[in-house]
Amino acid sequence: MQEQFLAQAQQQVNAPDIAYGAIAPVLIVLGFACLSVLVEAFVAKERRWGLQIGVAAAAIVLAGASLAAFISSNDAAGGPTGKTGVTTLAGAVSVDKPALFLWGTLLALGVLALLLIADRTVGGDMQTEVFPLFLFALGGMMVFCAANNLLTMFIALEVLSLPLYLMCGLARKRRLISQEAAVKYFLLGAFASAFFLYGLALLYGYAGSVKLADIATAAVGTDRSDTLLFGGLGLLVVGLLFKGSVGPFHTWTPDVYQGAPTSVTAFMAACTKVAAFGGILRVLTVAFQSTQWEWRGVLWGVAIASMAIGAIFGLTQTDVKRMIAYSSVAHAGFLLVGAIAMNTDGLSSTLFYLLAYGFTTIASFGVISLVRSGSGEATDLSQWAGLAKRSPLLAGVFTFLLLALAGIPLTSGFIGKFVVFSAALRDGMAPLVVIALVFSAVAAFFYLRVVVLMYFSEPAEDGPTVSVPGAFTTVAITLGTFVTLLLGVLPGFVLNWASSGGFLS
Amino acid sequence: MTPTYYLLLSALLFSIGTIGVLVRRNAIVVFMCIELMLNAVNLTLVTFARVNGQLDGQVMAFFVMVVAAAEVVVGLAIIMSIFRTRRSASVDDSNLLKY
Repeated sequence: MQEQFLAQAQQQVNAPDIAYGAIAPVLIVLGFACLSVLVEAFVAKERRWGLQIGVAAAAIVLAGASLAAFISSNDAAGGPTGKTGVTTLAGAVSVDKPALFLWGTLLALGVLALLLIADRTVGGDMQTEVFPLFLFALGGMMVFCAANNLLTMFIALEVLSLPLYLMCGLARKRRLISQEAAVKYFLLGAFASAFFLYGLALLYGYAGSVKLADIATAAVGTDRSDTLLFGGLGLLVVGLLFKGSVGPFHTWTPDVYQGAPTSVTAFMAACTKVAAFGGILRVLTVAFQSTQWEWRGVLWGVAIASMAIGAIFGLTQTDVKRMIAYSSVAHAGFLLVGAIAMNTDGLSSTLFYLLAYGFTTIASFGVISLVRSGSGEATDLSQWAGLAKRSPLLAGVFTFLLLALAGIPLTSGFIGKFVVFSAALRDGMAPLVVIALVFSAVAAFFYLRVVVLMYFSEPAEDGPTVSVPGAFTTVAITLGTFVTLLLGVLPGFVLNWASSGGFLS
Repeated sequence: MTPTYYLLLSALLFSIGTIGVLVRRNAIVVFMCIELMLNAVNLTLVTFARVNGQLDGQVMAFFVMVVAAAEVVVGLAIIMSIFRTRRSASVDDSNLLKY
């Protein structure tokens, strides 16, 4: 045994080929994150805020440009249908069509979240440390979507989570609940990643490798231990579902969404969901497609539980941020319906849903950050009564966003639900689709409750004021609302892009 | 060598860690239990590396150690900051956010 190790160690180690063009967006984001740390250390305090915004914005813009350059060269190389993408770094990272779509989504949502974080005119209660943390988290999310083996996925999971734990605790006002959110998120997040890691170890024992493709090969018709396979799969999926705040693994979601600074919540709600479901889709499709008949029933149950928990607990909330948190749990259930429809439509519809949901969510948190009373943000629903009389525009925008979350036609939410449910139907999951429709109806009730409250209640005497938003917040809300409307009316372009190709392993 | 004993030991350690997270009240102790879970995973990885006759599992154990160290930095910073404002590291005292 010892000799075998030594022989293996003494083999010539070849450096893996690196397709720098393909992974340039990730390298740029993480490189600028390091630069941002240096700015934090060496630039005088009064000049730091502006410079940090510049560094973060440059990172996202350059990463977007290099992503666009790679997409066009990739499409040009592969003829009219486009090449499927490349795997690089010895197969650890797979830059394929879904990964490119998710990167584009993450960068676009990152711009909006950055605009909200950077606006100091209304909130302005965060330190400049938030910018390097933001970039590291964004870089981790991008790697997570493209990770082609479980170890890379685990490292990316930590790179995206650790900065988020810290960002939750950065609020200067309302410090106690912000710190409480950070502690809860950290302890539960570390707990969940330990499960993910144990799943990784069991699957390593099962397949002798942590590459998704090798696990898939090992799972096809062998006499290896099923205990290791399904034990590993179960633990791994628990870790992933936790990050996506799905179903019974959602308990951190409302507390953290409420406690974290609103701009951070917006970033977390939209981008973490995208990254987590990108990971779930890749793991289930690439590694476990051949065993789907064994695990699909369990995920059916999880999806139903998630929709039920989100829709029913959402009804009882009195805080608007918690209400959106439970709505995100319900949406995670709908996303899971698409993710377990193991066909190409399931993949493309889930990708579309993620994009649509991300823009709507960031815009709605942007609106929430504007409604303030003397002690900070007025998140209690009773304070929102009669808001339409004080600020018709803001109430109108928020109504539109809530209708999008509920899935009313002419919004992106409707198209998202429609494509996800039709993909699930095509895969023979009619009962699940019926249940999902029932729960979307239940969830629509609590969105409409807020609309009724804003339009048909008398405003309270000491009600909140609606702050005049700064330029950054205005742009973020406008863009989010515009995309929500655009994808509701003309979804074709994005749907085409989402369905341009499958996973490459 | 029988890998079963090592795997059972690591499963036992992982379970002890899990139960510790669920029943202990002090944030630091909860955190130590999470570290115990990570180390139990390391034992599993090294055992499987031995079973498969590869170095991969041992290398992964190093990755896990590095991640665990980074997690300690972030975790202790968060727990310290809440301890400073509250004078308590008990997870039961953090009860402003509920329902």
